[in-house]
Amino acid sequence: MKILVAVKRVVDYAVKVRVKPDRTGVETANVKMSMNPFCEIAVEEALRLREAGAAAEVVAATIGPAQSADTLRTALAMGADRAVHVLHDPDPARPLLPLAVAKILRAVALQEKPGLVILGKQAIDDDCNQTGQMLAGLLQWPQGTFASKVLLDKEKQKATVEREVDGGIETICLKLPAVITTDLRLNQPRYATLPNIMKAKSKVIKKVTPEDLNVDIRSDMEVIEVTEPPKRKAGVILSSVDELLDKLKNEARVL
Amino acid sequence: MQRWIPAILRRAAPAASGYGGAARLFASSSLLFDDTQEQFKESVHKFAQEAIAPHAGAIDASNHFPKGVNLWRLMGDFNLHGLTAPEEYGGMGLGYMYHCIAMEEISRASGSVGLSYGAHSNLCINQLVRHGNPEQKQNGEHVGALAMSEPNSGSDVVSMKCKAEKVDGGYVINGNKMWCTNGPSAQTLVVYAKTDLAAGSKGITAFIIEKGMPGYRTTPFSSLGMTEPECISLFNFLIMLLMDFLYDYRFSTAQKLDKLGMRGSDTCELVFENCFVPHENVLGEEGKGVYVMMSGLDLERLVLAAGPIGLMQACLDAVLPYVRQREQFGRPIGEFQFIQGKMADMYTSLQSSRSFVYSVARDCDNGKVDRKDCAGVILFAAERATQVALQCLGGNGYINEYPTGRLLRDAKLFEIGAGTSEIRRMIIGRELFKED
Repeated sequence: MKILVAVKRVVDYAVKVRVKPDRTGVETANVKMSMNPFCEIAVEEALRLREAGAAAEVVAATIGPAQSADTLRTALAMGADRAVHVLHDPDPARPLLPLAVAKILRAVALQEKPGLVILGKQAIDDDCNQTGQMLAGLLQWPQGTFASKVLLDKEKQKATVEREVDGGIETICLKLPAVITTDLRLNQPRYATLPNIMKAKSKVIKKVTPEDLNVDIRSDMEVIEVTEPPKRKAGVILSSVDELLDKLKNEARVL
Repeated sequence: MQRWIPAILRRAAPAASGYGGAARLFASSSLLFDDTQEQFKESVHKFAQEAIAPHAGAIDASNHFPKGVNLWRLMGDFNLHGLTAPEEYGGMGLGYMYHCIAMEEISRASGSVGLSYGAHSNLCINQLVRHGNPEQKQNGEHVGALAMSEPNSGSDVVSMKCKAEKVDGGYVINGNKMWCTNGPSAQTLVVYAKTDLAAGSKGITAFIIEKGMPGYRTTPFSSLGMTEPECISLFNFLIMLLMDFLYDYRFSTAQKLDKLGMRGSDTCELVFENCFVPHENVLGEEGKGVYVMMSGLDLERLVLAAGPIGLMQACLDAVLPYVRQREQFGRPIGEFQFIQGKMADMYTSLQSSRSFVYSVARDCDNGKVDRKDCAGVILFAAERATQVALQCLGGNGYINEYPTGRLLRDAKLFEIGAGTSEIRRMIIGRELFKED
């Protein structure tokens, strides 16, 4: 069985993000980029499933410009067997939104025919938390999102997924093929050790474009402006409840 | 191997640690490294920051490696030992570029760990690789060390008095060695002793000493911070009893040294009292030890030169967030020109040292080992590092809760160990004088 893992190249979690002066987006030039942390967890889970014998091959995929190949190389250095790079140059005014990403991943999945697709639950740049769910919908496959534990039964072709939900942990059983999105406590990703970095150099990265996959990624949404949130002002100490009501009604306008 | 800190803690850590969030200096090094080396650097950086850096302050304060965590094993799991050892002996078969990258990133996390790592992987392992015969190279998971200097033979190391007398089956060593990094914890040591006291430099032979060899046991001398006695096999034990009858011999480590900096990187004095070393443990040839030693010193200097690079980088990692956040006169101090000047000097010192070290590393990988360049890189990098570390001390830096004091104390070592700055200058000048 093959496992497809989708990874995304994002601004590194430790970087203090700034808005560009022309307010078209976030500053990404000369800023450290790395693999989305949830995607790292997804790759790790796929590798563990392969090491446990539940899968034969782990394929990493990403959508992005040429530099996104670095993210694929990281996945390969962690242990993925090969990779697919869907080339797409980002346009800040019309960024690639989850629906388009899901459509592309659907095309890749139909080509690769994996038994399982694992993604991070969300990307730390847009925090959408939609791609996995949309992908499952487009493929008409069952989904196990916010996974904190995954158990694969190869013979029965089933996956038991424990999900972190508001009320606690929900355990569901999915018939394969299925889509799983990873949550933080699923595992701790491994380091890419030097022997694996060396081995990754000879692993294959297949390059395709959205046109090759017959996917229309035109977006109906256009980004008009990106601004910083208003700077947090100091608090005010009020003298009475009446004053509070007055401020809530007239200044904050929430009543 | 698994990473230690889950993502959510890593996100929280920047705020909690004294280093601040965006502590990654995005220094352009595009011409220095190729893609694989960049990936390796990134990977070792993550590992060092997560596994080693959290312990750095404690290592310095307590003067030993953390008890609950086996840093040597962690580094071994990460394939950091034996980077330059051939693959058939379990090494990575890589060159000095990778070795320097590893040294830099580990030193960036903790100078003491970096120094111990450098001593083990270069001074010991690399020497075994370069001069050992196949039997000697079957080295296990042991910590290594180098014993060359003596209490009375520092810069004048060739005047060493440690004697190796030829006996049946091997040699008997008597004498003292000083400033032996990793001495207390090493299981394998490369020791230089004089087989012919009268022959000066031509009388030096290199030996491999192992703990657990017939004759090792801890003695009453080993008081402060000593090693646990190794578990000696029954056979060795019997040999030891027998030899005890015949000779009264010991190899012991004495007084773990209480140092200004690089605290935690165990350094001690070694005492050899009629220590028997079998023939097979001669490294290289008898009387040719000086070649082993001197050529080893060149590469030792190169790899250790990456240590001050890591320390300078650590200084910048500490200083940059601080000057953005510390405010005086109503503004972040990083906006004042004098501070900007200091930062500029620190940055340029780091970048120039880094370029020098890695270009010499690349030359060495290509087979061109130039004695004056190897001495030059550590001379240059070490002196810059001490200056850079001095510059990053401010009022708060003077307090030991901040890492800057430790960085300064650690940096100073590199002007002394592996040949003092004075010796290095002499070597370079002498080489230039000889070249016509």
